[in-house]
Amino acid sequence: MKSLAELEAIRKKTLSRINLRNEEKSETTRVVVGMATCGIAAGARPVMLAFMDEIEKRQLSHVTVSQTGCIGMCRLEPMVDVILPGQEKVTYVHVKPEMVPRIVAEHIVNGRPVEEYTIGAAEKN
Amino acid sequence: MKEIALHLLDIVQNSVTAGAAHVDIGFALAEDGMLSMSVRDDGCGMSPEFLERVRSPFVTTRTTRKVGLGIPLLMQNAMQSGGDVDIQSEQGAGTVITARFMTRSIDCLPLGDLASTMASIVMGCPDKPEFTLRCSSPAGEMVFSTEEVRAALGDEVSLSEPDVIIWIQQSIQEEIEPILGGIMR
Repeated sequence: MKSLAELEAIRKKTLSRINLRNEEKSETTRVVVGMATCGIAAGARPVMLAFMDEIEKRQLSHVTVSQTGCIGMCRLEPMVDVILPGQEKVTYVHVKPEMVPRIVAEHIVNGRPVEEYTIGAAEKN
Repeated sequence: MKEIALHLLDIVQNSVTAGAAHVDIGFALAEDGMLSMSVRDDGCGMSPEFLERVRSPFVTTRTTRKVGLGIPLLMQNAMQSGGDVDIQSEQGAGTVITARFMTRSIDCLPLGDLASTMASIVMGCPDKPEFTLRCSSPAGEMVFSTEEVRAALGDEVSLSEPDVIIWIQQSIQEEIEPILGGIMR
């Protein structure tokens, strides 16, 4: 394995971030990626890792990324739900890794959903 | 599916749903180009009746719909390369699924981004089960285990932290490149 010593450094860094998270008591924002057969086949894996990268780059300690199964709209996969504390969930459809930085910057950081990527915009057509 | 690694991401979910505590994933590339991918879990296993029907696209454990395409798609891709899929299961003991791909066939999928698949798997279930990945080829072998990573991180730091996931992805990529790099793309 790549050196486990590196993990020790990650551990220290992450611990301080966890403490910060606890001190701020900020409520978490949730990102949920559809990862059933349909989502995976449509390209959910790079999308999920793109969220990971972006969150790590911006050091967003209050954001968690998780996975869910198929919700029955396979033709709209890859789908991602973004749930800001106290707000209604926003569902993004046909998500590509290139779209992720914008979703993170505009929606997760600044609180304005990227309308054109949402299920509402997609289903209008 | 465009990669063998995406099939892994998909079928591992079955082991997780089966409540496994340990999932052992293996990729063994033989001299003759036959790649054997195996997933062994100690989950709830399947009854003989269910095992008999599990290859059918109209059999699934989910309740939302009556189709399940994970195993049928895996079979299709293994078989079109000249390989096959074998499923052994014992109720209460666990399941082993082995898919063989003839990587020298023009119809064989590339292995794909196995490191990203492993990172995604760990991210999806950071607490349980423990995953082990073993890769071997005539060029060498490697082992990755979440148990080791967990031991190094201690109790307070979850495996799903972004820094950890990215470390897992990079460290696996680095190690498998010399072993399976020839069939990745």
